[in-house]
Amino acid sequence: MALEDLQHNFLTGRIEDLVKWARRASVWPATFGLACCAIEMMAAGAADYDLSRYGMEVFRNSPRQADLMIVAGRVSQKMAPVLRQVYDQMMEPKWVISMGVCASTGGMFNNYAIVQGVDQIVPVDVYAPGCPPSPETLMHAILTLHEQIRTGEIMKRRESGTPTHLGHDNGNWTPEVPVSVRLGTPK
Amino acid sequence: MIALPARSPEGVITSEGLACDLLCFATIEQYPKLVRAFKNAGFQMAIDVCGVDYLEQMDRPLPEGVVATRFEVVVNLLNMVKKERVRIRVQAGTDNPEVASLFDLYPGVEAMEREAYDMFGILFSKHPDMTRILMPEDWEGHPLRKDYGVGRVPVQFKEAPGPR
Amino acid sequence: MTDRIRTAPRPDLLVVETSEGAQGLQSRSETSKDELGREVGSVLRVSGLTLDPNDVDFDRQDDETMIINMGPAHPSTHGVLRLMLELDGEFVLRTKPVIGYLHTGMEKTGEQLTYTQGATNVTRMDYVSPIANELNYSMAVEKLLGIEVPERAIWIRMMMAELNRIVSHLVWMATNGMDLGATSMMIYGFRERELVLAFFEKTAGLRLNLNYVRPGGVAADLPDGWQDDVAVICETIDARTYEYDQLLTGQPIFRERMVGVAPITAEEAIALSVTGPVLRSTGVAWDLRRAMPYLAYDQVEFDVIVGTYGDNFDRYAIRLNEIRESVKIVRQCLDMMPKGDYRVQDPKVTPPPRARIGESMEALIHHFKLFTEGMQVPVGEVYSAVESPRGELGCYLVSDGSSKPYRLHVRGPSFVNLQAIPLLMRGGSLSDAITVISTVDPIMGEVDR
Ligand code: SF4
Repeated sequence: MALEDLQHNFLTGRIEDLVKWARRASVWPATFGLACCAIEMMAAGAADYDLSRYGMEVFRNSPRQADLMIVAGRVSQKMAPVLRQVYDQMMEPKWVISMGVCASTGGMFNNYAIVQGVDQIVPVDVYAPGCPPSPETLMHAILTLHEQIRTGEIMKRRESGTPTHLGHDNGNWTPEVPVSVRLGTPK
Repeated sequence: MIALPARSPEGVITSEGLACDLLCFATIEQYPKLVRAFKNAGFQMAIDVCGVDYLEQMDRPLPEGVVATRFEVVVNLLNMVKKERVRIRVQAGTDNPEVASLFDLYPGVEAMEREAYDMFGILFSKHPDMTRILMPEDWEGHPLRKDYGVGRVPVQFKEAPGPR
Repeated sequence: MTDRIRTAPRPDLLVVETSEGAQGLQSRSETSKDELGREVGSVLRVSGLTLDPNDVDFDRQDDETMIINMGPAHPSTHGVLRLMLELDGEFVLRTKPVIGYLHTGMEKTGEQLTYTQGATNVTRMDYVSPIANELNYSMAVEKLLGIEVPERAIWIRMMMAELNRIVSHLVWMATNGMDLGATSMMIYGFRERELVLAFFEKTAGLRLNLNYVRPGGVAADLPDGWQDDVAVICETIDARTYEYDQLLTGQPIFRERMVGVAPITAEEAIALSVTGPVLRSTGVAWDLRRAMPYLAYDQVEFDVIVGTYGDNFDRYAIRLNEIRESVKIVRQCLDMMPKGDYRVQDPKVTPPPRARIGESMEALIHHFKLFTEGMQVPVGEVYSAVESPRGELGCYLVSDGSSKPYRLHVRGPSFVNLQAIPLLMRGGSLSDAITVISTVDPIMGEVDR
């Protein structure tokens, strides 16, 4: 039987591709706005930039329903455990975008209060540069993430090792276990 | 220029301040009475309370008669009717700084005094809730003190990551 | 020393990693009677009333009430505010804000940056109205330096500050709408905001955190054709405020949740040092732009909007009308903008123009000196204040004569206004709590600094 004879529209493909396609097109971000960047994140979701064209306008308030955590803003030492908790509450598969230089590296606030890079607490997939990143930059980061999802493995769990580019047993990687993330008083 | 309110405690030293109408220097003992006098004279609002650590500036210029201590508590009061501002600089002590809380007069200083405690370790006696406000509960030290490091983490530039 | 600090047991870290011990709200059995009375009594005492013992249910048991946590990652707490609420059914008995989740150490960082760099730091405090921060900081530095900025700089600053107030109130309208479920308001608010931000981007190069107002003037002159842009902004936003009016003001659900909810009296507001729209909503016409004019606010015409009842609706109406007033001021700036320099021509304070650096050795040296050493500011201390969209934004600056501030303290209006939240929420239902947070409009960057 040739496909033309079928009554309904069909889509054929490998299951893996279809899963990735579906995942890519319906990433639901968790609202994790912290500082200035959060305002730009909101602007990205609003009229002019309109994230909904990527299937992303549903900012979920409960981490249990979200797949993407956009860490928008500076993460303080006090916030770090909370951030980790929210991340742990999210379901697999989950991704993290670190938005803005503060979340990525501490930015201009290299001091006692700010965690110097959110990647010390949670594994980050995409870093969006800028202070604040304009909504365009955020969208670029999101598209980069979509591309990663499209080309990645669907069964990958984060526990299963370090990112490939770091090699094995590289001590720089934050393991996926609930560690006490409060980094302590600087000496 | 406003005068000190009548019935203000003896020996308060004043001068003209930048961007305020009157600058008072008070000791720990004079401080509560002085603030009360100002409150009775119509200064309804305590706009700001903050601490300053003068560790490296014990020889700062002060008017005659003021004994400099390491910590200062700076209070800004506002009279909304006459549109006047007053600033009080309290010499709060060197080793174990402690001043009276203004909570009874101005409940609005609650958070500001807690902040001064958190950042400088200045105690406010009779404050109802003397806890840290900005730092985590188990934090050690008071970060805005001058002998507390900035906590700068050296910046490392890593090589660019390879393809994922 | 330690006996005067309040402590509370912290649960085992592994169980509750995020507990903040004594900073949080304690359960009733661990709270003394005095404490319970204080929470509601302190404000009353100041306004000349005494606490009615019937108001506090001293003998309510722990298991009758419930303490819940709202935040710090809650969608309607405007950032990372964490509120611990004691609830009786659906009604709020006690509230305690736990803050510090965005503590950035900016006051410490400010001591490491020169006066020239300092504006980049303070502008990130209140990220919804960055210009107000920069303006406040620059005015404090200028007062210490004893310099006068040129006329044009003053007017540019004023115009930008008012445009920023518009942006800030628009963001407020948007987020408030979102909190109440009026999602279309959120879309509209952000749409109009883009209009102004496009102009900011044209002028200063950035959308937020502009670092545009600097000690000595502003960073750059207004771009060519700014009159047209600003005229369009004024016209559009003025017209759109009437749309918002139509959308929200008469809307029954909106009114139900705003009118008469969470009132505060003038005495209470003053006792709690509350400023800005929250204070004005109680009928106190206290606006620093009018009361203690800075910049050129004494030369423009505008009204100070006041409310009557101090409830949520008044706070909403004040902000909506302040957008209109700001548009009025911007229009006057448009007409009265003087010609001249946009920053002082003092090589010790402002860098020479870019073009001069190539030609003149002296300009090069000044430029180099200013950006390596910074400017020397005379010894002294100063407090200066401006009216930010949220209230009195003050800056206390101590200089030791070097090129870095010895102490930089910012009085954030949101930080102080936050103290009104327990009072406003008391006795209301949990859904009103959302509107209270929203209408007090705390910006957490400024609360925690
Ligand atoms: S990166 Fe810049 S805009 Fe973003 S949170 Fe940090 S300071 Fe704010």
